[in-house]
Amino acid sequence: MPFHGVDFLGIDSLFNEEELAVRDTVRRWVDDAVMPIIGDRYIAGEFPQELIGQMAELGLFGANLPEKYGCAGLNNVAYGLIMQELERGDSGIRSFASVQGALVMYPIYMFGNEEQKKEWLPKLASGEVVGCFGLTEPDYGSNPAGMITTARETDAGWTLNGTKMWITNGSTAQMAIIWAKTGDLDDPGSIRGFIVPTDAKGFTSKDQKGKISLRASDTSELALEDVCIPRDAVLSESAGIKSPLMCLTQARYGIAWGAVGAAMACYDEALNYAKTRMIFDKPIGSFQLQQLRLADMLTEITKAQLLCVQLGRLKDAGTMRPEQVSLAKRNNVNIATDIAREARRLLGANGILAEYQSMRHMTNLESVYTYEGTHDVHTLILGKAVTGISAFE
Amino acid sequence: MKIAVCLKRVPDTETRIKIGADGRSIDEDGVKFILNPYDEYAVEQALQLKDSAGTGEVTAISLGSSASQETIRTALAMGVDRGILLETDALPLDPVPIGKALAAELGSGDYDLIFFGKVAIDDYSHAVGTIVSELLGIPSVSAVGRLEIADGKGTAEREIEGGVEVVEFSLPAVLTAEKGLNEPRYPALRGIMMAKKKPLEIKPVELEEGGLSVVELSVPPARPAGRIVGEGADAVPALVEALRTEAKVI
Ligand SMILES: Cc1cc2nc3c(=O)[nH]c(=O)nc-3n(C[C@H](O)[C@H](O)[C@H](O)COP(=O)(O)OP(=O)(O)OC[C@H]3O[C@@H](n4cnc5c(N)ncnc54)[C@H](O)[C@@H]3O)c2cc1C
Repeated sequence: MPFHGVDFLGIDSLFNEEELAVRDTVRRWVDDAVMPIIGDRYIAGEFPQELIGQMAELGLFGANLPEKYGCAGLNNVAYGLIMQELERGDSGIRSFASVQGALVMYPIYMFGNEEQKKEWLPKLASGEVVGCFGLTEPDYGSNPAGMITTARETDAGWTLNGTKMWITNGSTAQMAIIWAKTGDLDDPGSIRGFIVPTDAKGFTSKDQKGKISLRASDTSELALEDVCIPRDAVLSESAGIKSPLMCLTQARYGIAWGAVGAAMACYDEALNYAKTRMIFDKPIGSFQLQQLRLADMLTEITKAQLLCVQLGRLKDAGTMRPEQVSLAKRNNVNIATDIAREARRLLGANGILAEYQSMRHMTNLESVYTYEGTHDVHTLILGKAVTGISAFE
Repeated sequence: MKIAVCLKRVPDTETRIKIGADGRSIDEDGVKFILNPYDEYAVEQALQLKDSAGTGEVTAISLGSSASQETIRTALAMGVDRGILLETDALPLDPVPIGKALAAELGSGDYDLIFFGKVAIDDYSHAVGTIVSELLGIPSVSAVGRLEIADGKGTAEREIEGGVEVVEFSLPAVLTAEKGLNEPRYPALRGIMMAKKKPLEIKPVELEEGGLSVVELSVPPARPAGRIVGEGADAVPALVEALRTEAKVI
C-alpha cells in the first residue's frame, strides 16, 4: 500500500505546489525503491548502495544548494520534506543524504573556495563521489571542541593525525571532511576543515560492527596516521569550532523533519494494524487503550509537523537561530522514539519482526536521539538560550 | 520530431471514492488527483523518442478544468517542453466531444506523433485516442506495448489474445500506450522547479454536450464474508463442490 502521509490539521495547505510535488515524488520513490528492500538490508546490516545513483538522479543530495553547482536549488521547506520522506523509509537512508548534503557539500559550499566548490559539489551531487564528515572522536563526542586530531603545516602541505569514530559513510566514502586542530590542543579556535581523499596514504577506515541501531547505514572508525594532503586541501574559510557546528545546524534541521517521517511511518503502520487485527472478536483499534495510543501519536506528529514548517519558513527567510533548531531536533526525535515504541507495542508480537517497520524505526531513532547533539545536549543549549547561563562547562 | 502527449487528470487509484450528493458524480472533496497512469507511459515514450533523436519538442495537452494545470506541470517536470490546457468546467462522459476538442487543437499543431494512454482510469472508455485519429484521418495503433520509430515509419507491438501483433504504420499517427511500454521516470527535483518556468498556454474551449449522460453511480456491493469449508485433504471435495455450484468458477 502506498504511503499517504499524515495530515490531520490541513498542514498541506501551508506548502506550495512545488513543495508538495517534491514531497510526493520522493514519497513515491521511497515506496518503490526503499520499502521493498529495507527490512532485509537492515537485518543484513548494510546500506543499500544501489540506491545512491537513484537518489542522485532525483537530485536529493544537497538539494537546497544552488543549481550552478549541479544541485536542485530547492528552498529549505522542500529540502525538509525530502528528509521527512527519506526517513519515513529508514533513518539510514536519510542519514546518508544528510551527511552527503548537510555535512559534506554544505561545508564545501560555505567554507570552500570557488575552485573547491567547482571541483567537488557537482561530483557529490551526482553521487559520483560519496563523502563523510569526521568530527567525533573516541574521547570527544558531546564536546568536539576538545578534539585531539591535529593538522600540522609542512613544506608540502598538511599532515593529519588522529582518530575519528562513529563516522557515517566512513567506509563507503571516497572523500572525508576531517576537522582537526591546526594550533594548540586547548585552542578550539584553531579547528579547521580539510578535504581528505580516503585513499590517501595513512588513512584507514573500519566498519563499526555490532550495531543494533541504524543497521542499514555504514558507521565507521577512521584512523589518520601521518596523512599528507596538499596545502589547498584546507577549507579556506573554516575557522574554529563554530564551523563544524554550523554544519551540524544544517543536518539537525533535516533531522527535525526526518524524525516526523519516521513517526508517520510508525503511526500509519499502527493505525492500519489497529483497524485490521481482530482480538476478542473486535479490531484492537476499538479498544480505548489503543485509541489513546493512536490519539497521542497523532497529536505529537501534528505538533512536530507545525514546528518543522515554521522552522523551515524561518530558515528560508534567513532568520533561523541554532537554538530553534535544537528545540525542533530535540522535540521531534524524542516524540518519534516514543511513537515508534508505542507502535511496536500496539503491533504485539508482529511488532518485533523486520517485516513491519516500527521496531526498525524504534531502534534507528536511538541513534538519531544520540547523534547530532544528544537530546541532553540540546536541552542544555535551550537552557543556555533562555537563562544566558551555560551548563556545559 | 514534434510530439504531442494528451493527458488527463484522474483520481488517485488509491483514493476511496465517495459518490456526490447528486448521485451522478464523485465527491471530489479530499480526493487526490494524479496524472492518469497510462498517460505516464505516453509521456515517457515521447521523452525517450526526443532524447534518442537529440532534437524535437514534446507538448503536453490536457482537456479539463483549471486544476489540470497541475497535471500538465507533472509532465513538464518529467521533461516535457511546453503545455496547453484546453480549459473547460466539466468533461462530458461521451468521448466524442472530447475527441473533437482535442482534434481541433492537435490538427493545427503539425505533430508527427500523438500519444495517449490507452485508457483513463476514471471512466475507462478506451476511446479518445482512436476517435482523435479518425477525426484527423491518420493511422492509430492502440495499446502499444513496444514501439520503434525510424525513417518516418513506425513499428508497434500490441499484445492480443494468445500472442503479439506487430503493426507498421506511417507518420503522422496516433498511439495509445499500454502498461509496460516503458518505465516512467520520476520527475527530477530540479525538473519540478523548472516546470514553473516552462510555457503553459491556457485556451478556453466550448464542448458539445454529446450523446451520453450519467444516470446513476453506485459503489459495488460489499463482498460477502468468506467461508471455510473444512481443513486438509478431506475438505477438497467440499471445496470443489462449492466452487462449482456456489461460486460457479470451475
Ligand atoms: C549511528 C551514529 C552515526 C554517527 N555519525 C557521525 C558522523 O557521521 N560524524 C561524526 O562526527 N559523528 C557521528 N556520530 C557521533 C555522534 O555525534 C556522537 O555519538 C554524539 O555527539 C555523542 O557523543 P558520545 O557518543 O561520545 O557520547 P558522550 O558525549 O560521551 O555522551 C554520553 C552521555 O552523556 C550525556 N552528556 C554529555 N555531555 C553532557 C553534559 N554536559 N551534561 C549532561 N549530559 C551530558 C549525553 O547526553 C549522553 O547521554 C554518530 C553517532 C552514531 C551513533
